[in-house]
Amino acid sequence: MKYLCLVYQEEKGEANVPRDQLEQAKKDYWAFAEDIKKSGHYIVSHGLKHTDAATTVRVRNGKLSTTDGPFAETKEQLGGFFLIEAKDLNDAIQVAARIPSAKWGSIEVRPVWA
Amino acid sequence: MGIEEVYRAESRRVLATLIRLLGDFDLAEEALQDAFAAAVERWPVEGVPASPRSWLISAGRFRAIDRLRKRRREVASPPDPLSLEERGNDMSEIEDYDVIDDRLRLIFTCCHPALNPDAQVAMTLREICGLTTEQVAAAFLTTAPTLAQRIVRAKTKIRDAKIPYEIPERGDLPERLASVLHVVYLVFNQGYFTRADLATEAIRLGRLLVELLPEAEATGLLALMVLHDARRATRTNASGELIPLEEQDRSQWNREQIREGVALVERALTSRGFGPYTLQAAIAALHAEAPSSQATDWPQIVGLYDVLLRANPSPVIELNRAAAVAMRDGPEHGLTLIDAILARGELEEYHLAHAARADLLRRLDRKPEARSAYERALALAVEEPERRLIERRLKEL
Repeated sequence: MKYLCLVYQEEKGEANVPRDQLEQAKKDYWAFAEDIKKSGHYIVSHGLKHTDAATTVRVRNGKLSTTDGPFAETKEQLGGFFLIEAKDLNDAIQVAARIPSAKWGSIEVRPVWA
Repeated sequence: MGIEEVYRAESRRVLATLIRLLGDFDLAEEALQDAFAAAVERWPVEGVPASPRSWLISAGRFRAIDRLRKRRREVASPPDPLSLEERGNDMSEIEDYDVIDDRLRLIFTCCHPALNPDAQVAMTLREICGLTTEQVAAAFLTTAPTLAQRIVRAKTKIRDAKIPYEIPERGDLPERLASVLHVVYLVFNQGYFTRADLATEAIRLGRLLVELLPEAEATGLLALMVLHDARRATRTNASGELIPLEEQDRSQWNREQIREGVALVERALTSRGFGPYTLQAAIAALHAEAPSSQATDWPQIVGLYDVLLRANPSPVIELNRAAAVAMRDGPEHGLTLIDAILARGELEEYHLAHAARADLLRRLDRKPEARSAYERALALAVEEPERRLIERRLKEL
């Protein structure tokens, strides 16, 4: 079964993180991705640019409206995702718990329609 | 054995196994009803089978497959009955250890931390204890439709997110067991004052857990519940007013439960990995064994609270420790500690903090301060037995 792991973290806080910690986080992400490729969980993943770059689009009564910014203002922002293949929710939770951002942000695990 | 007795003894085990075989809670519940309906029809004629449990599991499973076949003809894409037939086809394969495992699977699934906390409690009482939706709703002061809705949502999540029907692996066990124990203790506390039946259900669940999975904290929680329950008869008087520990008639405490509780505490304390429940049970055991409040081993109780605080920092435990310090060293020492906790603002809205403070002020004969502390406690207290005690204290001042 496929699960989408949505990675939420504070964009604001990132500017204050020391350089060496950022470097370490990158390495951890790299190692994690390698790990779940080996274990067969990995399908695809991407990091996202900040919500400054986001545009929200809606069509109402056939009319297009485009607004600047993310769909909702939240304390933590969607910063990336991993689409994984897991045996069940317990398996998916184990994988999500190893995403480096789980230590400082939050991971939302969503089952994907088969 | 009559069918009613078999139902009481076996229905939850049969359900737990049917959920595994059928892979679906609702289907398993229907199958359980079908199986007992078949038993009512056939046992009076054919006699009670040698193994009623296997008979029921088998009957339930075949009826479920029948139902699915019919549904398959009516709707587009129900589950495939053939895949069900492959699972556990030979009923002699269902051994006792399978059934034990199934009960644990059911417990861990109902208390899965990915389910809404209220739903965990509701699922536990309904699926494991066999209470009706109406009974669970009444216990938690909500309506049956609200509760039914909660259960439907939980079952949908189990299906959609694919929460597996399994016993957690060793590595996940501490966290998952903690979640189960939390649910059991919640049920117990919900029945603390007025619902002896819920407390009994919680103790029954606790026993089941210890029997199936003898971990230190499961044993500790059972000990804690049994020791609290031993004092049930003396905790409130005839008019429903709370009687504090030091005024309880200790000759009315249930000696048999105390013996059992103390033995469980000792067992938990000598197992690896004991924690907060075991430590709280050890404190309860010291109270239960003491002939009077004065003759209680307060130094050891304070020591146990110290250990508990180190493992599990919490202002409520600090408050209880302060009350024990007051008994060991005198009320003024306890008061200093409680004032410090309240000064931090954490327990400002907690009625028991003000009630404990008022008790100490009363013992120090500082009446006006005691009065205002009791009044603050009364404004915050919700449970009727506690309110009555505070009202009596105010009258006595």
